Order: sequence, then structure tokens, then C-alpha cells
Amino acid sequence: MSLDASQFVFLVTALVIVVSALFVVTARNLVHAALWLIATFAGMAVIFVLLNAGFLALVQVVVYIGAISILIIFAIMLTRRVMQDTGPQTNANWYWGAVVAVGVLVAALTMLQLPNALTLGASSLVPGFSSAPLPQPAEFADAAAFNTATLANLGLALSSPDHYLLPLLLVGALLAVAMVGSINIARDDKERE
Amino acid sequence: MSIPLSWYLALSAALFSIGVFGVLSRRNAVGVLMGVELMLNAVNINLVAFWHYGAFGPSTGLAFALIVIAIAAAEAAVGLALIISVYRRRKTVVVDDVNLMKF
Amino acid sequence: MDFFLNPLGFIREWLLSLLTSIGITGPAGDFALIVLGTVVVGGLGLTLPLALIYIERRLIGRFQDRIGPNRVGPEGIFQTVADAIKLLIKEDITPLGADKFIYNLAPIMAVVSVLTMWAILPFSYNVFGTDLNVGALYFVSVGSLGTLAIMLGGWASNNKYALLGAFRTVAQMVCYEVPMILAILVPVLLASSMSMNAISAAQDQVWFLFSAPVAAFIFFLTSVAETGRAPFDLLEAESEIVAGFNIEYSGMKFGMFFVGEFLHAFTVGALTATLFMGGWTGPFADQYPLLGMLYFSLKAFIAYFVVIWMRATFPRIRIDHMLELNWKFLVPLALGSIVVTMLVDKLYAEFLQALFVEGARAYVRGGLLLLGNLALAAGAMVIATRAARYMRLKEESDKYMPVVEAEHGHDDHGHDDHGHEPHGVVAAAH
Repeated sequence: MSLDASQFVFLVTALVIVVSALFVVTARNLVHAALWLIATFAGMAVIFVLLNAGFLALVQVVVYIGAISILIIFAIMLTRRVMQDTGPQTNANWYWGAVVAVGVLVAALTMLQLPNALTLGASSLVPGFSSAPLPQPAEFADAAAFNTATLANLGLALSSPDHYLLPLLLVGALLAVAMVGSINIARDDKERE
Repeated sequence: MSIPLSWYLALSAALFSIGVFGVLSRRNAVGVLMGVELMLNAVNINLVAFWHYGAFGPSTGLAFALIVIAIAAAEAAVGLALIISVYRRRKTVVVDDVNLMKF
Repeated sequence: MDFFLNPLGFIREWLLSLLTSIGITGPAGDFALIVLGTVVVGGLGLTLPLALIYIERRLIGRFQDRIGPNRVGPEGIFQTVADAIKLLIKEDITPLGADKFIYNLAPIMAVVSVLTMWAILPFSYNVFGTDLNVGALYFVSVGSLGTLAIMLGGWASNNKYALLGAFRTVAQMVCYEVPMILAILVPVLLASSMSMNAISAAQDQVWFLFSAPVAAFIFFLTSVAETGRAPFDLLEAESEIVAGFNIEYSGMKFGMFFVGEFLHAFTVGALTATLFMGGWTGPFADQYPLLGMLYFSLKAFIAYFVVIWMRATFPRIRIDHMLELNWKFLVPLALGSIVVTMLVDKLYAEFLQALFVEGARAYVRGGLLLLGNLALAAGAMVIATRAARYMRLKEESDKYMPVVEAEHGHDDHGHDDHGHEPHGVVAAAH
């Protein structure tokens, strides 16, 4: 079994993602956990690039690393007592959590027919899917042209009433409501009259 | 040679179950939220992987991954606002201690 | 292949033949070239601040009617080198209780976040690191890593002033990212591409500085705020929070924050040049790429000069003013700018485009957009002036009506439905 470059990149990235995700849920210092979370997000961006979704990779970096993780670090620092809290960060019933998590993992991997699924070259392990991605349509000169066309398609799909205009508007409304709501919730009581 | 779809799905499953563990085991509410973020990310891997392997139309996977990201942002904002509000009133962010509504 | 027609291609061919002669071929050769290119661009980015710091100090000196550094070397050109050596041989202090790993990571991230922006700068039509089809989003996304670096540096220093500085910085950077992204949308709309090279090429006839002056203004202002330079240097307001997030840093770690800041300022200039001042376009630039590089550098330095000029001219903005300027002025203005651009461009394309000959179209479109932008700017100025006058009158009437103040205080005790709200004007109307 030999690996090509993209498979090697995938395996390294997957390792980074899984290890840092494990640290996210086990690190005692929450700021460190948040940093590991950032590492996970960065790995996710690499995965998106491997999947030819460069736009999504950048959105991932802007939204998750640039906004959400900063928000999380902010929240950790604002709830400051946590920073001095060096005791165990897991609750009393953490082993039940572990059991559930392992159960979910086993169930998912069973559906993937492990260990068959991880060997290379095996055909059609996921019903209805070939083991290789669809070839890029012949009308595009190179990968860059294909990516640009994909991006244009995405924009059209998001703004067309036949496709995803309604979900997009709903998300916009949700974001607006969430923003107003979170400002209202987090506002100091003294300012509320 | 390219990466089989099942690799992405296995990675996504692993990330999701780690997220589940985080949600169930963390004492700190912010930690719980981080677990939720991991789970949402795992979902995104699935969406984009299936899109890449031609499951849906030309842009369905991408569009819904974008929507998941937006919802994750909204969820993080509201969740953290709630946590800060709870912290102001009760001086704690430990999930077990916020048990006023517990029957 | 001629060096003057395709410099990068020429060097690439030459290096490939060199690599082949020593037995490196195929993907390994390509990989070696990519690494080499990264090192060259990174090296350029890292050595440029040596010149930038000298230029800036001399210019600031001129602005303040003094000479500036002139001792080390002829006209003081080696001053920065001397400073760098001083920083390198200084004792490297890690404060007690600092989170060592993060403390050391933060300055590296600060530089990396700026340096990675250089990957997409188009120096000329065929001289660029890479031409991403989402280039405009790319530099926003790597720029957000800089915010993170400052946050981490401030937290890991284990110093309350550093943490306060970091909080301020992050508040400022996260806020100013919003109008910046909105302003970037306008050139993206006009060029109908997010690739930096396509955006440059789209300004062949009319610079976006003229067809979208409002967006250019917002982009420039918010990017300067992102760099955290004067007048937006609240993060290191010496008189308030000592030195901000980098108070505990010494030696080369401080030097890296410093380098990151100067490089960021110049990168802002380069990005402004690309997005709004036509990038490499200019007479004959599409034939001779080296000429394009010259135009690009000139424009970038002009924009960088304006950054320095602003720093020397404006006093530091107050923190509440900083936030109000952003949320109450820049964000609505940026949204308005997008709407105006969309409307004018669409109307032009639908009704007017067919009326003009091919050569005049770009100028007509630019002129119409300019008119729309001027109308928007005028409207914004009218609204802002009125709001400012209203606020000033309110404050003055508060100040000069002690009777009303007393009454107001009495009301306050009772906690009736007036609450805090009646300032002078409202109370006087009673």
C-alpha cells in the first residue's frame, strides 16, 4: 500500500484534527482547550481545501478562527474565576459520556464497514458512491477554472429562488435575531431600565 | 489515486464522537460549547465530502455547509451570552451548579 | 522565453533546468520551486521592514519638523540595522507565571499572519505568488490570525495591562473587520471576481478609487485600524495602559511584533493599491511586467505614505468614539456604498451601456458610479453633521442648566418611568 501526496496530507491533517480535538475535550486549562480548538479548525480548513472547497476553507478560517474562537476566548476570560480553576474539568459522570461517545463512534464506523472502509482501492464501500471522486467535467481547462465555476454556481444557487434563497434569508434573519438576542442577554442588568 | 470517501466519513465520525464526549463530560459551560462546535464541524466534513463525491447537485453541499457555519456562529454568540449572563447572576459557569430548574 | 516578458517563468525555467541537471525532476522539482518561491517572498517581506522603519522614522521626523535618525551610516540608513542588533542581543525575559508556549507563539503568529498576505499580492500580471480565485477573502481570513496573536500575547503575559490592551485591540479589530469586509465587496462587485489579479486588471481604464471612493475611504481607514496604528493606536495608549498587549515582551519577540506592525502597514498600502489604485496597471504594463512591478511599488508606497501621514496628523481617538465611528458611521456607510454600487451598475448595464461606444463605456460607468458615491458621501455627511450638532446641543444644555440637573437627580431616585433618559433638552421641554 503506497500513499500519494494528497493521501499523505489527508492522514497528517486527520491526525492533527483528532489529536487536537481530544485535547479540546480533555485539557484542564480552558484557554489551552480553546487553542486546541483553533488547531482543529485550521485542520478542517485543510480538509476543505483537499475537498476542492477553497472558498469554504477561507470562510472556515474567517468565521471559526477569526470570530468564534475569539468569542470563546473572550468568554473564558470574562468568566475569570475559571482561569484559576486548576481542578479536574470533567464532571462526575464523565465515563458515561465516554461510553456514549465510543458507542457513537462504533456505530458510525460499523455503518462504514470497518476495517474494509479504510483500505485503499476497495470499491463502493458507501452504498451508491464510488471510492473515487467524480472526475472534473471536461469543459474546464484546469482545476482553477473548475473552482471558479463552482464558486459562481454557489453564488447563483444561494441567490436563486429555485434553490437556496429561502434558507439564506432564514439564516440572515436567524443571525440578526441571534445578534440582538445575545446583546440583550449579555447586557449588564444595571443598563437595563 | 485519491482519497476514498470513507476516510472523510471516518474522520467525521471520530470528530463527532469526540465532540459528544466533550459535551457530556465537561463541567464548564464554555467547554460544553466547544464540544458542540466540534460536532458541527464534523457535520460540515460530511456535507462537503458528499458534495465532492457528487452526491447532491452542483452546490448543495457547499450551500448547506455555509448555512451550518452561520448557524454555528449564531449558536456560539447566543450560547456565550447566556453563559456570561449566568456567570453574572450565579458566579459560576459549572453546568452542574446551575440547577435551579432541576426537578 | 524572454526575461522581460515573463520574469517568473524565465527564472522558473532556468531553475528547473538547474534542478534537472542535479537530478531532481518531476514533482520533487516543482515542490522545491514552491518552497524556494515561498522563501523568497517571505524573505522579501521580512527584510522590507528594515527599509520601512527607516523611511517612516525619517518621514515622521520631517512631519514633526526635526531631522530623524541621521547618525548610523550615511543619512542614518543603518539605524534600523543597529536597532535590530540591539533587539537581538537584549536579554529575553519571560515573565513569571506566563504561559510559555503561547507567550512564544504569539509574536510568530503576528508576523506570519501578515506575511501570508503577501502570497496573493499581484506585483504584475504574471508576477505573483498565487492567484487564488477567492483572494479578496483570503487576506481577510489570514488577517484575522493577527487578532488572535494579540489576544494570546496579551493573555499569556500574565499581566493585567497586557490583558486590558489585548481586550481593547480585539474589540477594535473584530469591529473594524465588519466595514472592511463590506468595503472589499465593492471592488469585488465591480470586477465581478475575487481574484486579486482580476481586480487589478479590471481597473485598466478607471481606478476603483474613482468609481468607488467611499469604499476606498472605508477600506483604507478600517485597514489602518486593523494595523492598530495612530490614530487607532488605543491598544498601546502609553498614557492609559502602559504599552498594551506587548508590555512584557522584550528582545526579538518584541521586535517581531514591531516588524509585524510595520509590514502590516505597508501591506495595507499594497492592498489599497491593488484593490483601488489599479495595482500593476498603467501605460505599457501589460507588455512589460517589470514596468507593472514598478507601478505597483510606486502606488503601494504612495498609499503607505498616506498611512504615515495619518499617523503624524491625527490625535489618538477615544475608545467610545472609536466604537461609535465604526458602528454608527462606517458600517451603515459601507452598506450604503454596496447598495449604491449595485444600483448604479445594474441601471447602467441595463439601460445605458448600449448607448455608448466600446471605448467610452468604462469611463461612463466610472463617472456614474462616482456621482452615485458623491451623493452617498454628501448624504452621509449631512446626517453625521446633524447628529453631531444634536449631541453637542444636548451636552451643552446639560452643562448649563443646573436646575434641570437637580430635578433630574430627584427623578432618578424615584425610579419612575423617566429613568435616566431625560437630559437637558428633553427635561427643558417639560
